[in-house]
Amino acid sequence: MPITNLAGVDVELNDEGFFVDPHQWTTDMVPQLAEEWGVPGPLTDQHWEVLHFMRQEFFEKGTGPTVRKLGKSPDISVGVKELYQLFPDGPAKLAARCAGIPKPKGCI
Amino acid sequence: MATLAEQFDTKSAPEGEPDPITKVSIVISKASLEEIYPGLIMANGARAEGMEANVFFTFFGLDAIHRKRQDHIKVSTVGNPGLHIPTWAGGLPGVSALVTKYMEHQIEALDIPSIPEFIEMISDTGAGVYACLASVDLFKLERDDFVEHVDDIITIGDFYEMAAGGQIIFT
Repeated sequence: MPITNLAGVDVELNDEGFFVDPHQWTTDMVPQLAEEWGVPGPLTDQHWEVLHFMRQEFFEKGTGPTVRKLGKSPDISVGVKELYQLFPDGPAKLAARCAGIPKPKGCI
Repeated sequence: MATLAEQFDTKSAPEGEPDPITKVSIVISKASLEEIYPGLIMANGARAEGMEANVFFTFFGLDAIHRKRQDHIKVSTVGNPGLHIPTWAGGLPGVSALVTKYMEHQIEALDIPSIPEFIEMISDTGAGVYACLASVDLFKLERDDFVEHVDDIITIGDFYEMAAGGQIIFT
């Protein structure tokens, strides 16, 4: 498993670049994760809102939300269109990588 | 040092392995519920995976983007062995409406969007939504007959040009 250093901590990632242990994640790692994964900066409150929601869903339901679930959630103030602007090239995947959780499962 | 995006490059494959799909152009040519949904799910899924996606509606598939018809798409109950009902029963009045209602209920329970909402969502993901010019002419339709999410009415030549470098999926 690849190991990468984020905010001074060695973190284990799987072959697709998702965290193996979501508990290793801290908010200090987010600026580096966002930059390295190519999230267009600067990070805004909306990015953080999505990242915290991703983690909350993962710990509650065992998988992060899909783009549709993110777009429909009353806890998130942005819709599908904005999600693709905040996290281009697959918002749920990219946000999951930055939020330190595994790849969300779901077809829709 | 390589960034994470470079280390876990999803746009190209290691030597000897097949290249990942980075672009799809999906053709939807029929008007039944079971023949529209798969293309929409594939287009949405492609965008969610970070691929470029275009959806091209042709022939009866135009109903999916037709302002007045997209909310009345039905399951085809005649000649559909997957339904496991006799063909003669599928043709009885009201059967298609009943089966459609049942399917819509199931779809909603799984939180899958209705067809109008799905088209809007696909457009929001940044996928291209196109109508086929030959079919639009054939059915004597106009731009105003289609929902606002349709990007353009294009020729088959435009379609192939747009599809260049990706996979074409005919549903």
